[in-house]
Amino acid sequence: MSSELVQDYTVVQGRAKSFYERFERKPELQHQTHFCPGCGHGIVHKMLARAIDELGIQDKTILVGPVGCSVFTYYYFDVGNVQAAHGRAPAVATAMKRSRPESIVIGYQGDGDLSAIGAAEILHAANRGENITVIFVNNAIYSMTGGQAAPTTLIGQKSTTTPEGRRSLTEGYPMHVSELLATLQGPVYIERVGLGDNKQIAQANRAVRRAVENQVKGLGFSLIEVLSTCPTIWKMSAVDAQHWVRDVMEQTFPLGVFCDRTKEARPRRELEAAPSLDRIPGLLGVADQELPEAAATLSEAVQAIDLHVRVAGFGGQGVLLLGEVLAEAGLDAGLEVSWLPSYGPEMRSGTSNCHVRLSSQTIDSPLVTSPGILVAMNEPSLRKFDKSVRPGGWVIYNGEEFPPDCVREDVRVLALPFTQVAHDLGDARACNMVMLGALLEIAKGLPQASIDAALGRLIKNTKWLALDERALTRGRELFRGSFPEV
Amino acid sequence: MTETPQKDRGLLRIDVDECKGCGLCIEACPPKAIDMSEHLNHYGYRTAVYAGAGCTGCGICFMACPEPGAITVLRAVMATAGVVPAMNTGIEGAAHA
Repeated sequence: MSSELVQDYTVVQGRAKSFYERFERKPELQHQTHFCPGCGHGIVHKMLARAIDELGIQDKTILVGPVGCSVFTYYYFDVGNVQAAHGRAPAVATAMKRSRPESIVIGYQGDGDLSAIGAAEILHAANRGENITVIFVNNAIYSMTGGQAAPTTLIGQKSTTTPEGRRSLTEGYPMHVSELLATLQGPVYIERVGLGDNKQIAQANRAVRRAVENQVKGLGFSLIEVLSTCPTIWKMSAVDAQHWVRDVMEQTFPLGVFCDRTKEARPRRELEAAPSLDRIPGLLGVADQELPEAAATLSEAVQAIDLHVRVAGFGGQGVLLLGEVLAEAGLDAGLEVSWLPSYGPEMRSGTSNCHVRLSSQTIDSPLVTSPGILVAMNEPSLRKFDKSVRPGGWVIYNGEEFPPDCVREDVRVLALPFTQVAHDLGDARACNMVMLGALLEIAKGLPQASIDAALGRLIKNTKWLALDERALTRGRELFRGSFPEV
Repeated sequence: MTETPQKDRGLLRIDVDECKGCGLCIEACPPKAIDMSEHLNHYGYRTAVYAGAGCTGCGICFMACPEPGAITVLRAVMATAGVVPAMNTGIEGAAHA
């Protein structure tokens, strides 16, 4: 070509439109990124921005940022941005894509975020074949936190947590995420690329674009693993770091396509968008129920209610239900309520308790550490919480004899064999409602109508509803029999 | 901004304020038309500077550079045809430039 023919110059490579002109969300130095000189993230960001530009999807792209050095994707990309909790980007991206099927949802994660903390999320998102794109930037180390070993750290690679170099004996082997995910049936495209030299960068560029394009076509889950650099933590120049990717990292993590089902994949029929809010009561089967409405003005008796209740017993005794009925009744009466269950992993027999607050004032904490009323459904529960009852408070105890060593001068006690009472009424399992009946005599201000409404909402079986109503009445009678003056 | 109007196929603009002087573009440039500056910029970095001649407009330095806009690559428009030669603006095509 003859240089005399050159008339003018035109831009062929320049700042992507998907980047902000100026990074105004960044507190300082808004004209450049926060990345260290030579950081691979900057290069991958540019690939992604270029793909978004070329596919013309800037207005419908949602980028889900990770925790790690690249946490600030929202500083740079002029697209929709969400920043997920550590490792959870695939779960967040799933929700985004399902609720906004028209959006192009791209997860961006580092190797600590994706392969350690978020190992479960990526595995299942890939297995479900979510129609999302994941850019997985692997630099074989936790960089932002100062260079701890990651699942991807190479054998022999030194880190602050493997100062002698990673040993398979103690730290296991470098995790091959792409190969691992490629064994699943869900993904349509998985490729590992690198930033090791010009050729690798060119290929990485193509792969990133392809992964985004797959989603635009609706084909399904695509993941691009990029072997990236961290000159700072690796303690290398940017150029040496680049060579290290090509000469060392690639030995452990071979580049290539590990899964490509794009030819067989058919554009997916998008899932129905999430139901609108007004459909949810119907879906939950509670559409025909009247929801409690906050009373405009509370009666004086209700206004005075300020309950701090702890209910404790064995799992299966109805501890949580007792608390729930109480809280639901409070809600119906227009009070502020909280109900906080606390139980072990056992469905039956383990210990179980719940914290219940009812108040006309805003509840500052759902924790009830010093209850005004303790409902102890067995002796171990009594012993566990007896001392926490506030002076002037009440203990309702399921047992004929109150253990003498638990007696306190400043606490009033109603100790009765409630299980036996319930058994006599028809079923020992109604013990919780007998005890609740006694409790309601202490919390006198709660209207019976609210209690009936709560029971109606929570007890579906008519036989049980009738029994529970009898149990409540019996509990009230027993209390009045013992404390006629209260 | 460094802009030297040479009658080459390509031309580079380097924003010395955005450049952090990592040197990746210097390594990447096939005709070796980028140098490191002798002087520090406002932020204390030595920065990449276009050597002033030799750019083919291949765009490889742009993709090697981690900063969004530190490098802008331009390509010649020919007077005869009034079009940009080697129309493929992607790096893959440019690699053969």
